[in-house]
This record gives sequence, structure tokens and C-alpha cells, in this order.
Amino acid sequence: MTKKWTIGIFVVILIGIFAIPFLVNAGRVDGDPDVSLDTPQINALEVKECIEPTDYMRESHMVLLDEWRNSVVRDGNYEYRSQSGQIYEMSLDETCLGCHSNQADFCDKCHEYSSVDLYCWQCHGTIDEENPNAVIENGDDVLFTEKA
Amino acid sequence: MERRTFLKAAAAVGATSLLPVSAMAVSSAMASSGEDAQREEPGVVDTYDATPKQWGFVIDAKKIEELGVMDDMIGACNHAHNIPQTGDPKTEVKWIWAEPFENTFADMESEYMDEETLDRAYPVLCNHCDNPPCVRVCPTKATFKRSDGIVMMDPHRCIGCRFCMGGCPYGARSLNFFDPRLYLDEINPDYPTRTKGVVEKCTLCAERIDKGEIPLCVEASKGAVLFGDLNDPDSEVSRALKEAFFIRRRVSLGTGPNMYYIVSGGAENA
Repeated sequence: MTKKWTIGIFVVILIGIFAIPFLVNAGRVDGDPDVSLDTPQINALEVKECIEPTDYMRESHMVLLDEWRNSVVRDGNYEYRSQSGQIYEMSLDETCLGCHSNQADFCDKCHEYSSVDLYCWQCHGTIDEENPNAVIENGDDVLFTEKA
Repeated sequence: MERRTFLKAAAAVGATSLLPVSAMAVSSAMASSGEDAQREEPGVVDTYDATPKQWGFVIDAKKIEELGVMDDMIGACNHAHNIPQTGDPKTEVKWIWAEPFENTFADMESEYMDEETLDRAYPVLCNHCDNPPCVRVCPTKATFKRSDGIVMMDPHRCIGCRFCMGGCPYGARSLNFFDPRLYLDEINPDYPTRTKGVVEKCTLCAERIDKGEIPLCVEASKGAVLFGDLNDPDSEVSRALKEAFFIRRRVSLGTGPNMYYIVSGGAENA
């Protein structure tokens, strides 16, 4: 009898532990990330469209950027022909961030939602006008001492 | 069935099954050639001029001194490429900088040399070697030699091992010990900064050369530095080298440096 009780109690505790994430998040509604296209550059456009269709960009922008990076840095090619036949300069700083100058409200929104940790901005784009030398968090790095 | 009829039938079946495939191939080839005429395939456009070249400089140090353009050359590069000024020789980042004769041409220095030549500042930078030791030692191929001779750096692949810094006999490579944005007064938004823990160096303004422009330091030198293809006998640099006596840095090491220094003012002193 006691043995059965002990087993029963621990089964309940175990189920309780496994249920914690469900209990904690019960009733919580996380909407889709709210991506903002409200930048001066995009507002100035007559036709508000990206270099490729939105669905493609949403799914495959990372593939595109990887291809661009290798083409520019390693192969010395700078031009990209989109599916519509338009030629664009392959430049993260000028072409992409030229329009999407709102990193916090555009890039970060989805990446935070999907827990993707990026470090593009350690080098590229996003210069805070008020505080141009703001350091983007770089994680812990014991090898290098910080500026005194 | 007779063997003979079986073979005939098999051949007939084989031939008919091949027909549609070949017909399709022909028709698709025709269709794609028709489309090509109207519109080219989307994707990266190959604009890189892959004809083998070897870009090089012919540097007239005396003329640089006379024109007083050394600071302009270094400043233009530092600003355009977001090169941090750490103010400490142990952590400094250098693409192009000035050194006296004894540091530039250590093996040629002599106590009998005239003081003007000894004390003059010589611009030193990556030599974009024919046989670059930094490329040989890089374990990730983060640094590589392009077909036009530029020894290029891909900071995305750099793991900061610093083998290249040990390999380079010219000290032309620097490690970012800190986030470079800490040491930049003004960031040029058109050029990326680097990040802590990657090595960087002069890229011979590859991004400008690919657009048909000349490197910034050459532009700022007001003619004291010539730039061109050393493989082309009619280029400005090749012609300048025919007319003057020149020296290069640490040639005996076999790296094949492509920065040529005219030490005493050109043809008249050669």
C-alpha cells in the first residue's frame, strides 16, 4: 500500500513538472511579429516593393544575403538582377539598410520572435545618430580587454 | 517469339521512347534561347573582370614630401574605411602609414646614406604580394588573392588566429583588439566597420577598383603615387618603372611585393 502511494505521489509530481511550461504559458497570446515599414526612405517610394516578392524575402532573405556576401567579398561582383529584371547593387549597407533603416522595428522584430541571434550589426549599418559610437552588445569575450 | 522479331520490337520500342525526350530537349532549348534574348536570368550578374592582372603602386617618396600629401593619403584611407585609432602601438590598426627609411628598407640602410633620404617618411601598406605568405598560412581562407592581384580579406571568415600577422613580413596586418566603433570619431556609413577579434588590412580599395575608380591614397597623392597593372607593359606604372631606379621592401624573402619605391626622385637620379 505505502509503495503504491509513494509511486503515485511521484507520478503526480512528475506530471506537474512536465506541465509547468504549459501552465506558465496558458492563456498567453503571442501575435505575429509586428514589422514596421515606416521609414522615410520607404515612404518616399512610389511603389512600395522590395527587390524580390515579399514572400520570397520573408523566407529566403538569409540565402540571398549569403549569396550577396560571397559574391561581393570573394568574387568581386556587385550587381544583382531580380526576378523582375531590375539591377540592384549587392550592398547590405546601401541597398537593404538604405530603405530598412529601422533595425529595431524591422529586423529585430522577427528575429526576436524566432530567437535568432544575429551579429550583422556589429559591422554593418545601424548607426545611432545621437550616439554614433554606441557599442552593439557582443557577448562575453574574456580574451580581449575592454577600453579602459 | 522468334529472337529476330523480339529484337526488332525492342528496337522499335526503344526508339519511340527516346523520341519525346529528344523532342522536349530541342523545344526547351529553343524556348530558353528565345527568352534569353528578351530577359536574362535573375541572380548575381558576373561583372568581375577576371583577366589576370597585378595591380601595383609606384611610390615617389620625395614627391610625396614635396607635395605634403602624406597626411591626406593616410587620412582619406582611415576615414573611408573606418579604421579605428586606438592610440597605442600594441593595439593599433593600420592600413597605410608612414615609416622612416630604416624601418621601411631595414636591409638597405647605411650610415653613409644622405640624411634627407634616411629621415624622409615613406608610405607603407600591404604589398599585395605575388606569393603572399598570409594567404598560405590562413587556415580558413579568409584571406585570398584575387585574379587581379589584390590580396583580399573576408572578415566574415576570419577567426582571429593571427597566423597571417605572423606570416606577413611587412607588419601590414592588424588585429582588432576592441570593438572598432569605440575608437572611431566619425563612422562612414557606406563602409562596414569590423568587429572585435578579426584581422584587417589594406584591400587596395577593391570596392573602388571594381567600380573603375583608383585607390583613395593614390587619388589623394596628387600624382606622387602611380597605380596600374604591372602586367601591362603600356600601363603608367610599367612605363614609370622603365624610367627610374626603384627598390622594393624585403625582396629577398621571395614574397614578390608589388609596391615599388622610387627613392630619389625619378629618372634624373637613376
